[in-house]
Parts: sequence; structure tokens; C-alpha cells
Amino acid sequence: MNHLLSIEDLDRAAIERIIQQAESFAEVSDRDIKKVPALRGRMVLNLFYEASTRTRSSFELAAKRLSADVVNFAASGSSVEKGESLKDTVLTLSAHKPDAIVLRTPWAGASELVSRWCSAAIINAGDGKHEHPTQALLDVYTLHQRLRSIDGASIWIVGDVAHSRVARSNIIAFQKMGARVTVAGPPTLIPRGIQALGCDVRYTLDELPSADVVYALRMQHERMTETWVPSLREYATVYQVNGQRLRAGQVLMHPGPVNRGVELSGEVVDSPQAVITAQVEAGVVVRMAVLYELLAGAREPRTVAERRPAAEPLPDLAAAEDSPQRELAR
Amino acid sequence: MSAQPLVHRPEPPADLLFCDVHLLDPRAGLDERADLRVRAGQIAELAPAGSLHAGPDEELIEGEGHHLLPAFVDPHVHLRTPGQEHKEDLNTGTRAAAAGGYGAVIAMPNTDPVLDSAPLLRSLRDAATREARIPVGFLPAITRRLLGEQLTEMAELAEEGALGFTDDGRPVESAGMLRKALQYQRLCGGVIALHEEDTTLSRGGSMHEGAVSAALGLTGIPTVAESTMVARDTALAGYEDGRVHFQHLSCADSVRAVADGKARGFRLSAEVSPHHLLLTDDAVRSMDTRMKMHPPLATEDDRLALVDGLREGTIDCIATDHAPHARDEKEVPFEQAPMGTTGLETAFAALYTELVLPGTISLALLVERMTAAARLFQLPTPAIVAGEPANLTLVDLNTEFIAGERGWESRSENCCFSGRLLRGQVLLTLAAGGLAFRARAYAPAAA
Repeated sequence: MNHLLSIEDLDRAAIERIIQQAESFAEVSDRDIKKVPALRGRMVLNLFYEASTRTRSSFELAAKRLSADVVNFAASGSSVEKGESLKDTVLTLSAHKPDAIVLRTPWAGASELVSRWCSAAIINAGDGKHEHPTQALLDVYTLHQRLRSIDGASIWIVGDVAHSRVARSNIIAFQKMGARVTVAGPPTLIPRGIQALGCDVRYTLDELPSADVVYALRMQHERMTETWVPSLREYATVYQVNGQRLRAGQVLMHPGPVNRGVELSGEVVDSPQAVITAQVEAGVVVRMAVLYELLAGAREPRTVAERRPAAEPLPDLAAAEDSPQRELAR
Repeated sequence: MSAQPLVHRPEPPADLLFCDVHLLDPRAGLDERADLRVRAGQIAELAPAGSLHAGPDEELIEGEGHHLLPAFVDPHVHLRTPGQEHKEDLNTGTRAAAAGGYGAVIAMPNTDPVLDSAPLLRSLRDAATREARIPVGFLPAITRRLLGEQLTEMAELAEEGALGFTDDGRPVESAGMLRKALQYQRLCGGVIALHEEDTTLSRGGSMHEGAVSAALGLTGIPTVAESTMVARDTALAGYEDGRVHFQHLSCADSVRAVADGKARGFRLSAEVSPHHLLLTDDAVRSMDTRMKMHPPLATEDDRLALVDGLREGTIDCIATDHAPHARDEKEVPFEQAPMGTTGLETAFAALYTELVLPGTISLALLVERMTAAARLFQLPTPAIVAGEPANLTLVDLNTEFIAGERGWESRSENCCFSGRLLRGQVLLTLAAGGLAFRARAYAPAAA
């Protein structure tokens, strides 16, 4: 594995390997000195084009616990605001020779594009509404801790699927691990054609009791440029996961931050069925495992062909499309 | 219309002898090996293969059985002049057209500034007489600055040589505004060409809405964004008896709407692009920005309906919608990239390779549809007939080549067919009697 661009890059065995690695790192978090020297001398660059506290600090903590150096680069207040293109920003930052770039952007496919422009390992920390693979991994890890196995489990993803990269990555990841996935939400927020990913679609929560796991999505009303539901009040009436709807024994998940009173009622957030803080904890150890896998694990040494120096003339799009580098990135 | 409809910088009239070429002109009923003489830019003589001999001032073109076709006519290209010459200009765009076997093209008005006034049209046509390699016609805007608020001075524009009018790149959103344009068409003539899109349905979208957009997390554009507007404007065209041309159809429902209107006798025509005939939204999976075009590539069912529409004549002609963009503009994340693909240099070869060779359509039909735009815009149709001006293209249907491997004549390289293995390379193009293009590898035989 040279990059983590999409959860599609990983097969079930690879996901299980990362989970196991994360479990071994969990012990580090309980030590007095929460650090191992596994990535000493390596540099991890956090390049964030969108506001993010949780994901960024989670990656930062993960890198630091592995003794890597961390540089944070936020798009606001930087050259990006002066009109620098994504490509130029990446080429400039590549001059510092980072070993890994953790990238979050509002644009689908951006991390794949960046992986063609520089030699660092690229970790997609969210690209538009496309994917958020480390979130999917930490969710699988959390469920693994809680249920041991999710083979055959029924997982419902509830809410604003249309604007959610978490939903997309999780639909794929949960199915790879053997679960059956159903997405449920207002018809205006379920993208046409989502069934092609293999999930079922429901527009009500009538069958929610059949689920083993309920994964509520954040209602991203601050990002919505149009009216997708008549009101948040009506949304909560029909789709809120609350004490009446959550059955005993179901596991409740949420990628955070929670809108209390919108997608989740306060009582369920505070209930022992919710594993929301466990997900946050899992974030650090899973990201440690991903960084370790990419930068230190038992991978093949990278050849020059795989790690194209940034100074080399860039291939044109046609050549890049079929280049072996891209094949390896897949 | 008083002005000449097409303008270019004339080349010296050609004196050529095509020896042993396969002449194919479906309208003239020609499909045979023969010799063809061009004298002073006109088709002078057709004779059995091997019977003509080159005179002292004639260049001999050894045809070797290659096909000689009437030069193609493209009713929809973006030459990006004025204002966006970093993407294309009158010279590079028409060079690209000549290299694709085209003898005439019609340019769109969504330039900067928008082509919406007679003085601008006059200066642009004036520039074309110095820079254009092949004849160019222009479609100025229907509404000023493409804003959909006020009609352009259509009568004056027609007087200055407008072939018709379009707000291409944008729809005429207001039905009332389009109705006025159709009424005014009775005064000024010309074709009203329409880019059909309901922006309340397409807003924010960067590809076709369906399984692929759902998987990629890209906002989709539903096909009804186009087809509902085609249906609306079919009704308006019928009501006002207007002459309407639908641009770059992309889906099955639009084809159906046009067929309905034609069946009712409305004065409609339609075009389709090579990329909509050959590609689907599956090509977008890699988020290659060259696959981002407007309207977006739709499903296989839509593609098949477009091919059927072309075959049956509901769709009259092929238009490339040649839309050049600079490399740095396309080398960005998919959602940020501008829409459009270049197409002039690959249209014939791509369609020949992927529709004619597998037997989906005949070569004769392809040639007919690639030249039919002339009649739709009241231009003379290129014909292989003695006495006609030489508008001819010589193509090699046998040798395989990789699209783009020798670079492009266009200033831009955002071609969705780049890298494909194709047949049907253009060797030589004569436009309005002059030599407009000769493939580098195709050296002249000794005279």
C-alpha cells in the first residue's frame, strides 16, 4: 500500500491487518509516556483545505505518538488565499520532502490527483463528498471492539447520505467486512443510484429495529446551499434517532460533531449504547496504524518508478491515466 | 443576408490530381475508385481510376485507394476569440478543424466579451479573413451578454453575416424571452440554436446523475434538466413556427421530444457530439477532467438512443462542440474543472473506429451526418461533383494511430479521445478550393 485514497484500495485482509495493528497501538495510549519511536525522523504534513479540528488533531496525535515530525498547513491564511492552485501548493510543500501528506479538501478526487504530483504517501482525510477512508477504518475498529465481528450484522446509516463522505466510505467498508448496509433518510438526501454500491434504501425508520448497528449522520445544515428538508424540526420528527426509536442492544454511532436534538436526541447520545467517544479514541490508534502501514510497515521498498521526484516533468493526463504508479495507488 | 455567410483567409486555388482514390459522396451517389482533378480550386473532372495524368502545374496525389470524402461541416465549435485566446484562437481552431477534415465550422458566441453586437461581429469576421484557415461562420448571441434579459440586435447582426443565434453555454431560461426571439426570427431569419438546460435542476452538478455520481459523491445533473427544456422549446417552436436547432443532445428523452416535434411537422433540427455517441458516465469514474463536459456523458441507454436517433434522422448532424481549455484550467480537481472537450481533430476517426468499423452505422451515413449541418444553416453542402468548389478530405481508413501522439493543431489538449487507438486519419483537406491541411507524414508525390 503506497497511499490511502479510497477505502476501495483495501481488501478485507488489509482492513483486518490495520485493525490488528491498531489494537497493538491501543496499548501505547495507556502508557505514561504515550510514544513509540516507530516513525522517528519521518515527516507527516497535514494539508487541510477545510476547517477540521477533530480529524486534524487525531492525525497529529497519531503521528506524534509514533515520534514523527508533524507540520500543519491550513489553507486559510496561506498562499491558497492568494490564489495558488492545489498543484502549486503541493509542489511547493513537497520541497520539504514530507513522507506522508494528510489531505482534506472540499473536492472529490483531489487526493488521487495529488498522489500523481508528488512522491509522498497520500492519506485522504476527506475529499469533498467522495470519501473519508480513515473514518471508515476507525468505525470498523470501534465495531470490532464492541461486537468482535460484524460479519452478517445489519447496519443502518441514517440521515444526510447525499452530502456525506463518511456514508460513502462506510457503505463500502462495512460490506467488505461482511455486514449488510441499509441507508435511510429523506428522499431529497439519498442520492439517486446509491443502490449501485450494494446497499438497501429506506425512506422511513419503520424497520430500524431490525438493525444491529445504527449509524447516524450529521445533518450538515451549515453547508447546505438549498433547502433539502422543509425544516429541521420536521426532520427530527421523522428521522431523529431517539429513545423511542433506538432498541435495546443496538449500537449507536455518529461521526461527530453531533447536533443534539436534530439527528440524535440527548438521551441516546448519553446512553451506554452510544460508542461516539470510543470512535474518537479509535481515531488515533487507527490513524497510527495507517501511518505505520504506509511509512514503516512490512511494505516493499519504494522504487524510483513508484516515487517520482517532483522535479521530473509531469506526465500529461493521458500518460498518467495508465501509468503503473496509478495502478499501484489503486 | 447581405454579407458572405462564411469568411476565411483564402489559400491559392489548388491544382491537384487525385490518382486512384475511393470517392464516397452519398448525396452524389458516388462510391467508387476513380481519379479526380481539381483545377483552380474547383472539381474539374472525375474519371475512371488510372485514366488521368498530371499536367506540368498539377500536384499529383497518389491516392492508393484512400477515401476521398466531401469535407465535413461542424455547426458547433468554440474558437475562444475574442478574450480567451490562451485556449484557442481563430487560427489554431481552424487549423484543428482542417486537420480533422473539416471544410467549414460555425463558432459560438460565449466569448469575452460575448459576441452580441454588429460591430463586434464585423471585427471578428474581419479578423477571420486574416487568420482563419478554413471558412468560418458565426452564431451571435440571442440575448445580450447571454443574460437572458434582452434580445440582441438580431436584424442588424443578420445583416452583418450572422448565420443564426444562440446563447450556447447557457439556456434561454425564460420561455417568454425565447418566444420573442422566435417571433423576431420572422424579421431577421437565421437559425435559433439552443443549449437546453433547466438550471434549477442542474445547479451545482458536475456530471450525469446516476450510479456513478452516487458512488463518487459528485452532485449529479439529471437528464430531465435537458429533456424538459427540449420539450418546452419544441412546443414554443411549433407555436411560433420558428426554426429551431437543438444543440448537443445527450439523452434518450431529448431524442424522443425532438422526434415528437418533427413528427408534428415543426421546423426542428438537432445535433449530437462524438463524445455523447461513444462515451458514457462510466468514463468519469477515474475523475479525469477531460471527461467533464456539458451536457454530461449519460448512461449506455442514452448513448444507444442517440446512435438510433442519428441513424434514423431524428438527429440531423454531428457537431463536435469543440471546447478547448488550457492545461492548468483542467489540471484541477474534477468539481473545479471547466466543462468541455476538444473534438475537431478526432471526430471522424473516433466515429469511424467505434461506430462504422463494428457495423453500427455505415460510412456513407457518417459522411452524410458530418456534412449535413451545411444545409441546416443554409450553406452550400460540400459535394463531389464537377464544377463544385473543392471541399474535400482524404482519409486513410486502414492505418492505426494513437490519438494525440503527434500533438494537436489546437492550442489545447483536453481531448476525451486522447490516447485511443483509432483508424481514419485525415491526410489532406481542401477547403473552399485551397489546401487547408496536409498530414506531416503525407509527403507530396513528385509532380
